[in-house]
Amino acid sequence: MVMKLYSHYMSSCTFRVRIALRLKGLDHEYIAVDMINGEHLTDEFLKLNPLGMVPALVDGDIIIADSFAILMYLEEKYPEHPLLPNDFQKRALNYQAANIVSSNIQPLQNPRIQASRKFSMYIGKISSPDEMLPWTQHHICRGFAALEKLLANCAGKYATGDEVSLADCFIAPQVDAASKRFKIDMNDYPLLSRLYKAYVELPAFKDAMPENQPDSPAVGI
Amino acid sequence: MGDSSTSKIKLYSFYRSSCACRVRIALNLKGIDYEYKAVNLFQGEQFSPDFLKLNPLGYVPVLVDGETTLADSFAILMYLEEKYPQYPLLPEDPNKRAINYQAANIVCSSIQPFQNLAVLKYIDENVGSGESIHWALTHINKGFAALEKLLAKYAGKYATGDEVFLADLFLAPQIQGSITRFNIDMTSYPLLLRVYKAYEELSAFQDAMPEKQPDAPKDIKVVS
Repeated sequence: MVMKLYSHYMSSCTFRVRIALRLKGLDHEYIAVDMINGEHLTDEFLKLNPLGMVPALVDGDIIIADSFAILMYLEEKYPEHPLLPNDFQKRALNYQAANIVSSNIQPLQNPRIQASRKFSMYIGKISSPDEMLPWTQHHICRGFAALEKLLANCAGKYATGDEVSLADCFIAPQVDAASKRFKIDMNDYPLLSRLYKAYVELPAFKDAMPENQPDSPAVGI
Repeated sequence: MGDSSTSKIKLYSFYRSSCACRVRIALNLKGIDYEYKAVNLFQGEQFSPDFLKLNPLGYVPVLVDGETTLADSFAILMYLEEKYPQYPLLPEDPNKRAINYQAANIVCSSIQPFQNLAVLKYIDENVGSGESIHWALTHINKGFAALEKLLAKYAGKYATGDEVFLADLFLAPQIQGSITRFNIDMTSYPLLLRVYKAYEELSAFQDAMPEKQPDAPKDIKVVS
């Protein structure tokens, strides 16, 4: 039975999983979750992820949410085309880079957090909704500056060497979002810019991009 | 003795940091001796040039193990698990491993980032003094409600069964901090409260708690 990936085209967390599935050559069915109309908050979806967020993966009887958990599950269950190197230190660097994105940057730019009444109550009080951008940019820039330093001595063609790895699955969607949605000047981040140029040459990345998903307005469905 | 101290793991930590607490528990469970290096976050020591060389993001924990310097609690825990396999932090079963990763990430991506000092300070300064508590509780309650549902099928004595695993290392400090710093009402979270009581019986957990750390103030609040 083919795996199902519950996704939204714009979700950078789901983008990570879309890349990994393609890198590993894993067939899957794309199930679009209509978040604009609250499908992620239905009882049915909350059974897949009690946090009400994409991505969620269904693999036979196994249901997993959270992109990091899904990627580790895929890595452990489908070890072909590994996302993690054998070397301890390089593995650790991958985990560290991935977490800079998944704990220090992305949660603070999540549009659902920004759009929620609670967030705008706390942040919108001080400015117009447009001025949430500086908050988001602040966190992205801090995280990007940290990634530039962390990866300076180990990056090759990709983040931690010459093979695509776990770190790239996190960095690629983050840089994509930062440059296209959050107006980050990527000239300030030469290493990340160089990595991004390498990512756009990869089919696994290109095919996983938001604008190429079935539920993207660009695709016209 | 000189040789063993140069090769001993160093952990840069702050007594109250829930992220550092996760690592302290792991080191205790695995029986790994370490040197505690206090970084006073209230006094901005995390922004010193020396510390920023260890972690450019200026966060604890940071682990130094010989030539390896590593920041981020999740990365440190995976490193420790892979390099020091005694007392494994992850079960064999792939589904149970996935649930541990998921529960850990609910804490480290969906709850804790919203309560770290820098974010709370921003809220208090820009929205109103004391607003940060409501902000933190919003995210904690959302995450705890999700964890109650997620773990309902898997919990035993501990979060994902009858043995301590990765999820417990994330839950214990999060629950402890939510009670002592944000006065959360745990009555809505019977599963989390039950596993927390089980952690109180484990010395590896209790020795890692904020009040037992060398840099804890004498008047620190504890869970009663």
